[in-house]
Amino acid sequence: MIVRFTLNGRDVAIETTADRRVVDLLREDLGLTGAKECCGAGECGACTILVDGESRLSCLLLAAQLEGRDVLTAEGVAAGDRLHVVQQAFVDCGAVQCGFCSPGMVLATLDLLRRNPSPTREEARSALSGNLCRCGNYQKIVDAAVEAARRLNGGAG
Amino acid sequence: MSQSDWRSNRPPAGGVQEIGRVAPRADAAAKVTGAERYAADYYPENYVWAGVKRAGVPHARIMGVDTASARALPGVVAVLTHKDIGGKNRLGIFEKDQPILADGVVRHCGDAVALAVAETKEALTAALAAIRVDCEPLAAVFAPEEALAAGAPIVHEGRGGGNLLLESEICFGKAREALAGCRHAVELTVELGWQEHAFLETQTGVAWQEADGSLTIVASTQTPFRDRLELAEALGLTLDRIRVTAPYLGGGFGGKDGVTVQGFLALAALHSGGRPVKIWYSREESILAGTKRHPATVTYRLGCDADGVFQALDCRLVFDTGAYASLGTEVFALALEHAGGPYRIANVAVHGKIVYTNNPVAGAFRGFGVPQAAAGIEQAVDELARVAGFDPLAMRRKNAVGCGDTTPTGVVIGRPAGLAECLAQVERHPLWRERQTWREGAPPFKRRGVGVAAVYHGMGFGPAVADYANAKLELTAEGRITVCAGVADMGQGNATTCLQIVSHALGQPYGDMELVLPDTARTLPSASSSASRTTFTYGNALIGAAGVLRERILARGALLLSFQLLAPVNAAEVDLLPGRIYHAPSGRSVPLKVIAGFMDAAERTATYSYTCPVNRQAIPTGGNLRLHGYPHRIFSYAVKLARVEVDTLTGEARVCDFLSCVEAGRVLNPQLYEQQLHGGAAQGLGYALFEDFAVSGGEIATGDLATYILPTALDVPDMETVSVAVSEDEGPFGMKGVGEVVIDGVLPAVANAVAEAAGVRVTKGTLTAEKILAALRAGGREATR
Ligand code: FES
Ligand code: FES
Repeated sequence: MIVRFTLNGRDVAIETTADRRVVDLLREDLGLTGAKECCGAGECGACTILVDGESRLSCLLLAAQLEGRDVLTAEGVAAGDRLHVVQQAFVDCGAVQCGFCSPGMVLATLDLLRRNPSPTREEARSALSGNLCRCGNYQKIVDAAVEAARRLNGGAG
Repeated sequence: MSQSDWRSNRPPAGGVQEIGRVAPRADAAAKVTGAERYAADYYPENYVWAGVKRAGVPHARIMGVDTASARALPGVVAVLTHKDIGGKNRLGIFEKDQPILADGVVRHCGDAVALAVAETKEALTAALAAIRVDCEPLAAVFAPEEALAAGAPIVHEGRGGGNLLLESEICFGKAREALAGCRHAVELTVELGWQEHAFLETQTGVAWQEADGSLTIVASTQTPFRDRLELAEALGLTLDRIRVTAPYLGGGFGGKDGVTVQGFLALAALHSGGRPVKIWYSREESILAGTKRHPATVTYRLGCDADGVFQALDCRLVFDTGAYASLGTEVFALALEHAGGPYRIANVAVHGKIVYTNNPVAGAFRGFGVPQAAAGIEQAVDELARVAGFDPLAMRRKNAVGCGDTTPTGVVIGRPAGLAECLAQVERHPLWRERQTWREGAPPFKRRGVGVAAVYHGMGFGPAVADYANAKLELTAEGRITVCAGVADMGQGNATTCLQIVSHALGQPYGDMELVLPDTARTLPSASSSASRTTFTYGNALIGAAGVLRERILARGALLLSFQLLAPVNAAEVDLLPGRIYHAPSGRSVPLKVIAGFMDAAERTATYSYTCPVNRQAIPTGGNLRLHGYPHRIFSYAVKLARVEVDTLTGEARVCDFLSCVEAGRVLNPQLYEQQLHGGAAQGLGYALFEDFAVSGGEIATGDLATYILPTALDVPDMETVSVAVSEDEGPFGMKGVGEVVIDGVLPAVANAVAEAAGVRVTKGTLTAEKILAALRAGGREATR
């Protein structure tokens, strides 16, 4: 079948099978490797993407479920060379170690800030608790989420 | 794929990054945008998938492998067995005991028996399912005591020594007699389970044959240069026929210290009809086949006099290496060296064995044996303090080693040591000072405890194996600096530190430099990213190379200026500034690009070789450990404090506060340093409380992330970190390694806190709610308010 959706602001029509996993569609067919597969079973959050603004696990989604949707992957978050506020906060706060969780963390943070523009640390922790970071960098990731919220709410960067 | 420029990474723009300041990580921007290409992210043109048929049984003789039906399936490119391997088919460091593909015997469930190559993942799955392995089961052993019993099944038939991989003893004074004479003494046995690395990027890579038939392997590896050596021997190839590159790793922690998928990749690429091959383990395969932290049983007897001065230690450590040695003997040696903790104890008997079984393979894991040793000694110290009526922190202070002291295992500390300062800092810290108020503030049905642990960690490979690095810097024709990083960055940020060091040494802005990640074709042979030695060794080599390059640039610049000024110019009068040189007497500058044009390519490349000094102390005991790393010369030190709240109804433990006070020399980049402190503590908390790895009959029961529980953002508290920066003058800018001392001692700090809260100590494996509840019950504290 042909699946049509918006991907990082651009219209896409791609020939695929209805049951192709979205993580494979993105990584293998579309060359977007920002979504990482670390468990393939909904346990780690590394494959997080945003579908109509809400965070979804691309390892559990099938291609047909994207029909007509608006999809954002880590590659589409920055505006050209300019990092998104959330990404810049991750860089500034030292929220990246090996970085394999980072694309998913950034997207989960975007989803969090959309729902809750001024999260407390505890709220950020619980919103990000579906995303594993084996480097154990949670404290700085939470710093980044809170800092991004502050900057988005008009605080100086 | 263009082969010329795909290894380059350019850091973000910025000024000169001085040592000691927070410098943004060079890799952060590319990682948060999804642009960074990890080994997992390579999908070469026209690639095929490779995958492994696993044994599924813990011990068996292979009677035959039928590959015909798999071969006949559509989309299958090749099905390979050990018969297709041209070399020795053996991997390993000291004990070369691990085949790439099993040849005759299966020794654990995850053993690789055959390799399939196919057009698609679906065809690969079908091919693997169609391979038939005819096995005759053999009796198996799953515990060290069983494995050492007379008549036990032998894991490596024909090996001298049977299942005993190594046994050793380090003895000083008269431990047993002295113990008998001690005013206070305790005995404690602690059992420790496996720990899974669970790096988010599972073992992966791609490989292809170049036009001349040589192999290029892009792998998620901590050891590109050693991999090349191992592969050449195992596959019967010469070194010049193999190129290994290591992009940034999505985590390593020791689990990629050595060959994981590289042997399969090389073999598959040699039989794929010239097409590139890709392999990427599923999480389940990663857990099944990957190495883990060694399970161990440690028994401690520790005694002190009436003043709380340690008099005697008698301990016994038994490690299970599983089916293969991997880095087991080195892990074991480090555990034994650190068995007595960072204290002065005159009468010591440390005895240890490391044993083969048919369990999953254990190997290197951040901490490298020290977490197991620390779990023993640090709980024994707490028990002794309790029995003898001393404050546990004061008792540690009383016995702590300092520069000039001798460790329990006979190592004379000849370098600066900040343990006493760490202990003093913790003693002054509110988390310790106000502990009584905090304990008393426990809400209903909760009990609170505060625990500490003191640790040290030897850096580098020890006296026998050269701990070397060869740095390379280039001044490009365009006048920019290229930094060739020969040591893999598995996430700890050493590539950034390399740039920071060169930025500082050459005064060139961070953003103007180019970074080349480890590549056996472009960077020079350097030892692994491991052993808390990565930045220490490579940094020293880089400082040397920067000195060479600076001198050449200034000499050539002075020559150019003398032509321009028609007067002799002394290089000492010329300064190296960002992008140019500057001659103060004449006020003239020359851009680096112009100077680069005045040098030939060989001159523009500076290299420098550095080998770590080692401890040459002749120690009369533990001789067979020397080859495996004993003794060390430089140690980092730390004290951990955990405040734990235990639920008396459920047994659940929550770490409310955590403090890491670390002395690892001077800090080059406070942000990276803190990342290490946080990350090591988080992994240590996982080891202590969450990661209950279960194996029975050689089969893993926690084979995925639904059953093997990793700590999440909700489980790891905000932590306090204190750095005690004592300069280690042999290190680059006074630094020492910090990557491992951060995980050591987390488990006993938590266990000591839980013991205080529960009244009874949990000494078997992970401190799960179930076990803590049983302890509460045993102590009569279950469901108490
Ligand atoms: S890969 Fe999708 S949740 Fe882990
Ligand atoms: S930074 Fe490595 S997993 Fe999060």
